[in-house]
Parts: sequence; C-alpha cells; structure tokens
Amino acid sequence: MTVLDFDARAADGAPPPPGRRRARRGGLLGKNPAGLLFSAPYLVFVAVVFAFPLGFAVWISFHDYFFAAPGADVARPFVGLDNYTSVLSDPAVRRSFVNIGIFLIINVPLTVGLSLVLATLLNQVVRGRTFLRVAFYVPYVTASVAIVGVWLFLFNGNGLVNEILGPLAPDPPWLINSAWAMPSIAFFVTWKQLGFYILLYLAALQNVPRELYEAAATDGAGRLRTFWSVTVPAVRPATVLVVLLSTIIGANLFTEPYLLTGGGGPNGASASPVLIMYQRGIEQGTPGVAAALGVVLVVLVLLVAWLQRRFVGGDES
Amino acid sequence: MQRRTRVTAAVLTAAGLLTAAACGGDDETSGGGGGEDGGRGDITIWYSNNEAEVAWGEQMVEAWNAEHPDEQIEAQEIPAGASSEEVIGAAITAGNAPCLIFNTAPVAVPDFERQGGLVSLSSFDDGDSYIEERSGDIAEQYQSADGEYFQLPWKSNPVMIFYNKDMFAAAGLDPENPPLATHDEFLETARTLVSSGAAPMAIWPSPTSEFFQNWFDFYPLYAAETGGTPLVEDGSATFADDAGLEVAEFWKTLYDEGLAGREAYQADAFADAQAAMAIVGPWAISVYGENVNWGAVPIPTSEGKPAEEIYTFSDAKNIGLYTACENQATAWDVLKFATSEEQDGLLLETTGQMPMRQDLPGTYPDYFAANPAYEAFGDQAARTVEVPNIPNSVAVWQTLRDAWSQSVIFGEGDLQEALQGAADEIDGLAGQS
Repeated sequence: MTVLDFDARAADGAPPPPGRRRARRGGLLGKNPAGLLFSAPYLVFVAVVFAFPLGFAVWISFHDYFFAAPGADVARPFVGLDNYTSVLSDPAVRRSFVNIGIFLIINVPLTVGLSLVLATLLNQVVRGRTFLRVAFYVPYVTASVAIVGVWLFLFNGNGLVNEILGPLAPDPPWLINSAWAMPSIAFFVTWKQLGFYILLYLAALQNVPRELYEAAATDGAGRLRTFWSVTVPAVRPATVLVVLLSTIIGANLFTEPYLLTGGGGPNGASASPVLIMYQRGIEQGTPGVAAALGVVLVVLVLLVAWLQRRFVGGDES
Repeated sequence: MQRRTRVTAAVLTAAGLLTAAACGGDDETSGGGGGEDGGRGDITIWYSNNEAEVAWGEQMVEAWNAEHPDEQIEAQEIPAGASSEEVIGAAITAGNAPCLIFNTAPVAVPDFERQGGLVSLSSFDDGDSYIEERSGDIAEQYQSADGEYFQLPWKSNPVMIFYNKDMFAAAGLDPENPPLATHDEFLETARTLVSSGAAPMAIWPSPTSEFFQNWFDFYPLYAAETGGTPLVEDGSATFADDAGLEVAEFWKTLYDEGLAGREAYQADAFADAQAAMAIVGPWAISVYGENVNWGAVPIPTSEGKPAEEIYTFSDAKNIGLYTACENQATAWDVLKFATSEEQDGLLLETTGQMPMRQDLPGTYPDYFAANPAYEAFGDQAARTVEVPNIPNSVAVWQTLRDAWSQSVIFGEGDLQEALQGAADEIDGLAGQS
C-alpha cells in the first residue's frame, strides 16, 4: 500500500508531505527503532535455535539424509515425498499418532479440570498455603527419571497400587497392559505437570475482580454456581494457555514411554511419535524419515492448537 | 503490528531455509578415511567405563607411553550418553571422534562406515593379515559387504545359561548336573523351580522393546539350534524356518506359563534372587562373585547337543579406528600393541572377557588352570555368532524385536506369520545400501 501511495503522489507531481522522511523511517524500523536493538538478541536466538533447525528439518525431510563425518564424500539425493510416504505408510507411526491422541484426550481435559479446581481451592486456603503450593510444584521440578523410578515400583505387578486394588488390579499389570499403558502415562504426566498449570491459574485468579464474587453472593449464587459462572469465564485466557501448552507438551511426549514402558511397550501400545523419531533418526540412522515425521507432527499440532484456540478461546482470540 | 510480525516471521523462515540449503549443499565434498598414509604423533583413545576395563586401559596406555615418548596416548572413558553408539555417532558427525575406541559395537559399525567415520583397517599393508592371524576364521563375520575390515574383532562375552545352585537345590533339582540340555528339559526344570516356590521366575530376560534385547533371548538359542547361523545370510533373513519357530515357541511357552517375566525388572533379577537363571557372559563371574552360588551350562537346543558343538551369541565389543584421527599410523600401531598376546592376556586376567584370539585355552593355559570357572567360556569363545554386518543393522534388529514382543512375549497373533512378516521386512532392509 505504501508503494502504491508513493507512486500515485509521484505521478501527480505533488511534493511529499511534511515529516514524510520520518514516517518512512518509522515504517521501516518501526515507531521505536531502539526496540529493534533490544529485541535483536531474542530474534537471533529464535532464528538460530528455532527457525534454522525447523528449516533444516524440512530440508532433510525431502532428502535421503544421514549424519556424516565432516568432509566425508556422501550423497544425499533429493527424494521428493518418499520419506513422507514411508512415514504415513508405517503402521508403527500410525499407531503412535493414535496413542498420542489417546494421551491428549485424557491428559488435556484432566490437566485443565484438576489444575483449575486445585488452584481455586489453593487460592482460598489460608493455613498451609505455601506448603501446599510447593507440594504441588515439587513433582514438576523433579527430574522425570527419578519420578519414573518411583512409579515403576508403584505400578508394577507386585507394586503398592496392585496390592491395594487386590483382585481389581488389571491383568497384565498397568504398564504392560496394552489397554492401560497409555492412560497410565497420561495420568503420570498430568500429575507431574499439574504444579505448573496450577501456578498459571493462581496467577490468573489474582486478576478476577472481587466485585464479581460479591455480586454473585448477593444474587444468592452457591459455591458451585460462583465457580462455574464467575471463576471459569474469568480465567478463560489462562485456560486457553493451559490447553495449548498441555497439548504441545503432550504431543512431544518422549521420556515416559522411553523409560516408564520400556521403549513404547507393550508391543507399541505406548509408543509416541517423538519416540519413533528418536528410533528412526538416531538409533536407525534415517534422519530423513524422522524429519518427515517431525514435520507431520508439527503440522498436526498446529492444526489441533488452532482448533483449540478457535473453540476454547472464544472472544479472547 | 500483525503485518510486521508476519514479515519478520517470513524473513526468519526464509533465512532458516536458505541457511539449511547452504548447509545441506556440501554433498559433494571429498574426504573419508584411508589409513595407509596416516601420520605419526600423539593420539587420543576412548575405552569403556566399567572398572575392570578402565584398569586394563590405564596399564596399556602407561606401557605404551613409557616406550613411545614421541607418540603419546591420551586416554579417557567414553563420554556419558544414552548409549555408547549414540555418543560415537555424534562424535563422528562433529568431527571430534578419537583415534581409537575400544568399545565399538559391531551392530553400529555399518552405520559408522556409511557415515565416513571409520578407517578401513584393510588399507594398512598388514591390516587383513594381522586380524585374520589373530582371530582366525571367526574374523570373517566382521568383514563389511565388500570384504574389508572396518573393525578389529577384540573381545567377546559368549553367553551361556547361568543358574542359581541354591535355588535348584531348594527345588529338588541336581545343582551340579541340572537338566537343561534340551528345550523340554529346560521347560520342565523351569516349571519345577517356579511351582516349588524356589524362584519367583525361572528366567527373566529383559522384555522391553529396545532393538538389542533379542541378543539375550532369541539369538543365543537360535545360534545353538542352527549350529551358528547368523540372523541374516547372503542378504536374506534366516530365522523364519523350523529352527526359528522352535526357539520362538520355546520362549512363548515360558512367557505363557509365567516362567519368564513380562514386566521389566528394575535391577538384575538373577543377582536379586528373583530369577533362577540368566543368559549372560563371563563378565558376570566377577559381578556375581560370592554373592550368588552359581553354575553355568551351554545354551539348550531342541534335541540336545554335546557342549563342543554348541554355538552362542558373542556379545563382542571391537576396536574402531576413526577418520578424525590425524596420526593414523600411530593409531594402527597402538591397536596392534593393545591386541598383542601380552595385552590380550592382561585383558583376560583383568576383566574375565575373552580376547578374540585363536585357541584361547591353548594360548593362556595357566590362566584357565587357575580360573576353572572361565574355562567353559574360553572354549565357547571359539563358537560364537555375531550380529550380521549388514546395512540398516539396527533397523533389522528393531523389526525382529517388534515382532518378537508382539507374538512371543505378549502372545498376540500367529507365531509363524509374525516371524515370516519380520523376515520379509528384514529382507528389504538388508538389501538396501
């Protein structure tokens, strides 16, 4: 539009308006050129750590690529969509997407519901507030490897959970049961990440005007009605964030199937796309296939995130 | 703001793609490794991080450095990582691999070779002759498809059946002559061990999905059953035959009857007395030591064979000479020094692992006389099968593991169909270059 305007004025022979040079500089560098200077480090960071690897991954996904020694004489021919065909026709990959779908269906609603309810309760607690907040946050900051060890002891065939459940315990046990392996991982991740999302909701709850609660009380609303009609709508921006973050983090699931179910077992029932990317790209020396899988995963996550933002975000978007 | 954001994003993406294209455009650079004209000078080496091998490595380096002041070795343990193979693969890509790595897994060698990370030892004048004179016919398994050696066969850990004598006695079995020679005997013994309450599990190999787990359940028994047939021969999978089916049915029976554990045990089930038997190599002797009253017998077969006819999986670790090495002539000399008869003897004494040298019992008679527990392993070392040196080796083993996990461990689907399906897929993988 700027170019068209300039051409029109030049054709008219009209002089540029006062301050035009300043406006043009403002158009190129923005209203605050110093802002570019301050944001440059982050832009460089994004370019180096995000844009370059992403672009490189896309490039790799269209080639028969493999990691080689510097100076090694190797061919990495362009293979078109072969890697994508290989990924989409691989039953293990298709199953991993189903698995991650099951994971997200359990994990995301559970994360949103539990973290919102617990944050609301924690916001009202007076005694022991700090202790409780720290208690919920500790699993989040503890290394997954350490916690996985504890869960393995809890959920194995002779573990505490089965001892308590007795005859109700599933057979085979949780982590080697094809029906329970992925839900078990989803529960584990929900519990581990809960502290972080509670923190987000606690921050959001601080911004809910007290008047809304007072008005609800005046209108005779009970605690449940107040929660549903005041708290839930008031923290909707935080809910959108929690849904998006838990989806993105969940879609990148790796550590739990790698450690908790011994490499995506039983029989691939808990394999995630990222675990398959690791197997194909690092263990089996086919980064092209792994990169294609990664690109497919990114596209699907973006699609899901867009749908979530559209349907959960409402007017906030 | 939105338009500027989009412009910025587009610029960043374009920059990323352009940089990527630039980085990816070095396809035709020359290089790669041949060691015949390598220089001389200081070198670096990596060795394994277990205590016994570190002790051997330190004395070897000290002995070499004392005699070669102008060609010093700087040694360190392999850096920590998810696996040694991933660390080495990353070092090759980064161009900072050391000259020698005394822990190169044969399964990773085809990939390292494809990466241009390994020097062909055959390029040295005495390369082939040194390897073949030291290791004999067994060296052939370590040749690449075109007959070159990109690894020096170093040491093996031929696996056998370890059993807990106390548990066998508690189950009323003869601990000195346990009935474990045939599959039927083994199964009956396993049933007795578990039903008597002497052992929670008869045997507990790891049931997890990693590609290498079949080396410690299927492969030793398949090697024994077939008299030393590798998983892939002449580019074709071999295991979808009667022998493979027999071995698969044997293991499936163990899992179905609850004699082997379907859950991963988080430590060593044999050491913790959770399993009465284990499939392990001679490294375990020093580990179990006095804590377990153990015995060892050869791998069982369906019909039973004399011990001197039984093959097993080698569980070998080899030595690779890497192309990032500047002083490859020195590295080759160090490699020969480290695998000399004297150093092999010291390796045997220090670690209990078997140097891949012809006539091991005859070469070190004093050691085996003084350590009779190792004698059977020394004899077994002459009859081992290695993972085949083929393209896509890891993918091949992962394919088998996936089929095994489904059909044998968890008993889903038809066994024969699962083996045949895996074999067909492996034929395709092994045929790729």
